[in-house]
Amino acid sequence: MELFVFVVAAAMVLGGAVGVVVRTHPVHAALSLVLTLFGIAVLFIAQEAHFLAAVQVIVYAGAIVVLFLFVIMLLGVDNAEDLHIEPFKVQRPVAAVVGAGLVTLLGLAIMVSRKAAVPVVAQTQAVQDAALDPQDGNIRALARDVFSDRVLAFELTSVLLVIAVVATVMLARKPRPGELAPLPEKADAK
Amino acid sequence: MIGAIATPTTTWYLLLGAVLFSIGVVGVMVRRNPLVLFMCIELMLNAVNLTFVALARRMGDIGGQSVVFFVMVVAAAEVVVGLGIVVAILRRKPNATTDDLAELKG
Repeated sequence: MELFVFVVAAAMVLGGAVGVVVRTHPVHAALSLVLTLFGIAVLFIAQEAHFLAAVQVIVYAGAIVVLFLFVIMLLGVDNAEDLHIEPFKVQRPVAAVVGAGLVTLLGLAIMVSRKAAVPVVAQTQAVQDAALDPQDGNIRALARDVFSDRVLAFELTSVLLVIAVVATVMLARKPRPGELAPLPEKADAK
Repeated sequence: MIGAIATPTTTWYLLLGAVLFSIGVVGVMVRRNPLVLFMCIELMLNAVNLTFVALARRMGDIGGQSVVFFVMVVAAAEVVVGLGIVVAILRRKPNATTDDLAELKG
């Protein structure tokens, strides 16, 4: 059963990832990304990370992909990219070589270190107790960890989100007339 | 025979994460649409998240899942700012690819 779940979810993940890279239409690429994100969420559940699976579906598959689709529609750039145009002739072969090399290296590292001893991590007693809770053990343990040991990082992420919101409002607003220098007319000179 | 079917171990998840990360890298190197580049970066972040969760389960340490939580928050902020920049650029240069954006000026 666990094998079946893994195989189906891995097929979703890899199929969606290849779709993101291969599909020429940005909307299709975004929908392939949804497939990948859902597959990751299924794998999170298989790994007993229930809270992260829920966050994955809500934040990634919900908010982020909707944001992508919104920008695609807003800009009207939903025309397909011609993948046959290659500005650099060596780009594709180099990308293929680097990708294959990366898979080989990472796979070798994983297979070599497979038999290595698992280091023991000292966890606080509260986190250990929360993890043993028969109901919602994962969520309780995660909450204990985030809100006790990592509370400073948690507060800093809230600051980061505020900064991101302010920056986006500044970036995306329409500039006032005369605020930006006019574009150089290089295209006409050619 | 049913019992002989292997259950997926941590190694399987790590290998899947490695393949997913590599697909993301190839996508960043091949594609030229800035939006699709962001999607490929999301692929890489998800591969790393999967690795973190697999190792958190293997080690019995919830800290890996906490890191994934923070990675998700930072990824959301990154996408918001990145798409803001893309909107600002593509308003001035419609249908620009990343090759057209090699210079910061204009």
